[in-house]
Amino acid sequence: MKYYLYCTFLCLGLLAVACSREAMEPETGSLSVQLNNVVGKAELAMNGTIYTNIAGEAFTVNKFDYFVSNIRLRKADGSEFVPPQDSSYFLVREADAVSQTLRLNNIPLDQYIGLSFVVGVDSLRSVSGIEKRKGALDPGDIHTAGMYWDWNTGYIFLKLEGTSPVTPVNATGKNNFQFHIGLFGGYRAQTINNLRTVSLTFGGQSIQPATTGSARIQVQADVQKVFEGSTRISLAKTPEVMVSNYSATIANNYATMFSFVSLTKTAQ
Amino acid sequence: MKYGHLLGLAGLLALWCAIWSCQPKSVEAPVNPDPNLPTQVTKPTPMEWKKPANLPEPVYDFTKNPLTVQGFALGKAMFYDGLLSQNGTISCGFCHQPAVAFAHVDHALSHGIRDQIGTRNVPGIQNVAWYREFFWDGGIQDLDLLPISPIQNPVEMGDTLANVLKKLRNDPRYPALFEAAFGTREINTERTMKALSQFMLTLVSANSRYDKAVRREGPALEEQEQRGLTIFKAKCAACHATDLFTDNSFRNNGLPRIPTAKVDDIGRGAISLSADDRYKFKVPSLRNIERTPPYMHDGRFLSLEQVLTHYATGITDSPTLDPALKTMTLSKQDQNDLIAFFRTLTDYDFLADRRFQPN
Repeated sequence: MKYYLYCTFLCLGLLAVACSREAMEPETGSLSVQLNNVVGKAELAMNGTIYTNIAGEAFTVNKFDYFVSNIRLRKADGSEFVPPQDSSYFLVREADAVSQTLRLNNIPLDQYIGLSFVVGVDSLRSVSGIEKRKGALDPGDIHTAGMYWDWNTGYIFLKLEGTSPVTPVNATGKNNFQFHIGLFGGYRAQTINNLRTVSLTFGGQSIQPATTGSARIQVQADVQKVFEGSTRISLAKTPEVMVSNYSATIANNYATMFSFVSLTKTAQ
Repeated sequence: MKYGHLLGLAGLLALWCAIWSCQPKSVEAPVNPDPNLPTQVTKPTPMEWKKPANLPEPVYDFTKNPLTVQGFALGKAMFYDGLLSQNGTISCGFCHQPAVAFAHVDHALSHGIRDQIGTRNVPGIQNVAWYREFFWDGGIQDLDLLPISPIQNPVEMGDTLANVLKKLRNDPRYPALFEAAFGTREINTERTMKALSQFMLTLVSANSRYDKAVRREGPALEEQEQRGLTIFKAKCAACHATDLFTDNSFRNNGLPRIPTAKVDDIGRGAISLSADDRYKFKVPSLRNIERTPPYMHDGRFLSLEQVLTHYATGITDSPTLDPALKTMTLSKQDQNDLIAFFRTLTDYDFLADRRFQPN
């Protein structure tokens, strides 16, 4: 009888220890992708700063927004960790510094040597029901609204707007240029597909998600590449590119605009 | 056995320790319930949606958005509320009127906010549960995404969805209506769109004289109407197919270009960017057709007689002209018989249905 009771106490005691939260080691951490928009070697500024593109055309930028989605993290052995898709849609806006930090939570504490992501919103999500369009994908969000074609169901993947003296004066009396690049391949009727996947490696370095403090992957996006990434384009010739086949040229260009900068870890 | 009680107590203590240690460590105070919220959540009442026997299976996925009495009521309230437009003047029902199958009678082109005129004729809203694509060019891929377009079109309702949601949240009526429909007072994109869909999905027209004849619920068609139906089946039903009277495809029906028109509307071509789709438009249903003049995507024909004159003598060839129309012939008698048949497609029950009209 006594022996039986001692056994019971021992088991319950062990259970208590096993359940104790202090005894658990965290198995995941967080990782941030920090996007910094630049124009060549300069920081992008939307204050009227005049830049010159490869065609020798002066331009200013007053809007630069794009979607980053479907982030995948690559390990040294070539395998990947794919964060849950629902938490992997980000609208990066030059006008909003907070939007330029893409935070990934619950990432296994492996060493990662690279990442890939989609510029835009993948075709499956682009045809999903309204219940799958939350957060950055919510057309009722004031910022997302500007990145959503309500008349031709789909998201705008990248929006670059500004002025240039070489573009014709429009109805507002300004020399504007506008690139609104979208098109995911079409729902039932096939259209062009401007989804592009970007893959970056961390220059031989690796990073582990942080359990306290932060672990950041610094990436930059160079607006100049939109004009020259794979095909040289001219603002004078194509000041307005939206829903047209030429949009694929711009998508090919901006697919090259991202580059890895550095890894930073801060303990706290 | 002397220590039996003591041992028993110690056992209870150990058990308590085990249970306590398994609880989450944080001991946050319970969240104070919002005093404005009722403690009991009432469940919305399911609403029956019956497929008429002579129509095919619907394509809308009702499991994602089960119809309820309260969801329908909310959708209807919003449908007839000018709040959905930028200055409060244009409701959905402004251009989609129940008495004309939710089209805009006597308006060739849509008429929107601040008396602006659009570029296309207002399509009616009926039997939308069977449509995969919406608008004359099929640019909208999902009924639940449709209302965003007129709300944000600068010549229709001229607002933003974000601002409409804000107005709904600040309105004295809507939080309670959303709570009745969805269980809480939260107003978001999904709920707003789904409630509007619920209202539109109930707009089923399948009680015309033709339907009742087909289902043997009413008298057979009269002789001329029957002749019209025979011609229709031979010459029109390839595109105006099934008892929906559309195959939901996009076709070029040979309308000549109007050189003075403000825009050269290439229809489906602007959505798919394919040269093969230039000047193609959605094949419209012919239900309630007698009641919904003017006709065509640009409202160019004022009467059914003009429409049939086009198909008899006006078809203009072009690279994307529908092959079925290259050999179309219609005698004057055929045209008259067809119009007699079209009149049997008027669904008076639907057009006068009190449930669908503003409260």
